[in-house]
Amino acid sequence: MDAVRPDPARSAAAGGYNFAYLDEATKRMIRRALLKALAIPGHQVPFGAREMPLPYGWGTGGIQVTASVIGPTDVLKVIDQGADDTTNAVSIRRFFARVAGVATTESTRAATIIQTRHRIPETPLSEGQILVFQVPMPEPLFKLEPRVRESTRLHALADYGLMQVKLYEDIVRYGEVATSYNHPVMVAGRYLMSPSPIPAFDNPKLHMNPAILLFGAGREKRIYAVPPYTPVRSLDFEDHPFRPIRAPHACALCGSTESYLDEVIVDDRGGRMHVCSDTDYCRERREGRR
Amino acid sequence: MYVAVKGGERAIAHAHAWLAEIRRGDPAAPEVTLAQLMEQLGLAVDRVMAEGACADRELAALALKQARGDTTEAAFLLRAYRNTLPRFGAAEPVDTAAMRIERRISATFKDLPGGQVLGPTFDYTHRLLDFSLADPGPPPPPAPEAEPEGDATPRVTDVLAEEGLMAREPPGNEEPPDLTREGLRLPAGRALRLQALARGDEGFLVALGYSTQRGYGNAHPFVGEIRVGEVAVEYIPPELGFAIDIGDLLLTECQMVNQFAGSASAPPQFTRGYGLVPGRNERKAMAMALVDRALRAEELGEEKTAPAQDAEFVLYHCDNVESTGFVEHLKLPHYVDFQSELEKLRSLRARWGQEGQ
Repeated sequence: MDAVRPDPARSAAAGGYNFAYLDEATKRMIRRALLKALAIPGHQVPFGAREMPLPYGWGTGGIQVTASVIGPTDVLKVIDQGADDTTNAVSIRRFFARVAGVATTESTRAATIIQTRHRIPETPLSEGQILVFQVPMPEPLFKLEPRVRESTRLHALADYGLMQVKLYEDIVRYGEVATSYNHPVMVAGRYLMSPSPIPAFDNPKLHMNPAILLFGAGREKRIYAVPPYTPVRSLDFEDHPFRPIRAPHACALCGSTESYLDEVIVDDRGGRMHVCSDTDYCRERREGRR
Repeated sequence: MYVAVKGGERAIAHAHAWLAEIRRGDPAAPEVTLAQLMEQLGLAVDRVMAEGACADRELAALALKQARGDTTEAAFLLRAYRNTLPRFGAAEPVDTAAMRIERRISATFKDLPGGQVLGPTFDYTHRLLDFSLADPGPPPPPAPEAEPEGDATPRVTDVLAEEGLMAREPPGNEEPPDLTREGLRLPAGRALRLQALARGDEGFLVALGYSTQRGYGNAHPFVGEIRVGEVAVEYIPPELGFAIDIGDLLLTECQMVNQFAGSASAPPQFTRGYGLVPGRNERKAMAMALVDRALRAEELGEEKTAPAQDAEFVLYHCDNVESTGFVEHLKLPHYVDFQSELEKLRSLRARWGQEGQ
């Protein structure tokens, strides 16, 4: 065991807990896993995930990754479904404000670390930013091969035929690939990776992204990563190329025809409204900064 | 040494006296009342009520007190009592669309008529021990209140069904089967399966539901909606011929939206998993909805590969009164059978010794 010096950042704001909740030895363990994950893009690195004061499946992996990379000068943004005001995003943001006392923001541009569930922001990320994904199931093959020992072997052999066959069967049955979110990707031509349940619309943003993309799965105890400027290809066929989809409407608030939209039910007579899922992007457009 | 029947009787009487004493605990600590259990340990009471299959919170609280907080034992007590009640008929289907909403959330739509209502939930609390609760204190200030929005709160699945995106469930007018009167028959129709799941063990259903999320069974679920609140229970007495309101019931309902089934004759549609539990218990309602959907594999033409999709496996093992009874019966004397096993083993060993020479 490494000796752990008392952390000078241990603050009253954290209410008696270490800075960013996790103890320093745990953070070091997670950082090692992160470095390994960055060195082998798309490969799932096991790590000793801890019990967190939020339930498994609610972002414990992402929270542990964020807690391990965040420093007192960082500016944190947390989104869920693209929005800063969704309940779980509010809860996680409050958690870090409470245990790390860091500055938080709703602006994608102003943030140094963005923790996300199910979306990649519309505003392009830049070098130096870190995007932390909350991952429910890190194993892209789990629906086809639930046994972890077996899927590990398939990754070792880069044997991804199962997934290609699944996509092929979709095309035979439905005429197109039926995966609308969590569409699997090949990272740097070697590892098949779950992009986490982001809509297929967001998949192209993974490719050659200048930001560091970190993925944390707490319950399954895996970390993986896509380093900046890494090629990421959504799995497809030459004659059935990958096709990201969005609702064919404009945002009712900002008019965007490019952003990913949420469908809102306005009555029980079939009335619908579409609005940007990314609340910061929508606000910026309405305030005329684009 | 001898074993006398009298000795057994005395041992039992003494053991039960000890149980009564330890149930009460240190008399210096005040005795809990049923009102305290119902008010302050309400979720444990609700769990007993659901698994005990008897919608009476006061009896469930009594069972919980008598069982020293063991919810499975308490459910057993309540079931045994329930069995003695006469059955006079089946209520009309409750209308959960007309529920007086205490909590209503949808994970599939950001906003919808009736709105998202969090209600008194643990969700989004940080799981940090609140040491201020360690000692009794003044009651918390009342939570802020808002006027209800007024409009109806249509079920998300109905909204989807309106557009044809959700498979409709055929309405059934016949009296539902009664698991407690006829027992489990296989293949079990969905009404009977749901009945078994509604009184099934929460832990077992959560584990099975979880297994479908981890690839053991082909699950792609979304929480279309969870709603908690009171509904009116109506009954048509044969001598009247029209429905009368016989009381209110607090229920938790979960409708899971699952991925498409389609065929040559029907376009792809979402399919439904359904959970309904008396009292407040959304973990159970969600697990039930996952398992209900998994059990529909055969009906929807899916390959059955996982435990959660196997109706016989699930339905025969989900009842904790049955399962705990049989597991714990192993504590009973088995002297006679074991004696014959001993003799058999000695005989086999002797034969092995002779033939080995």
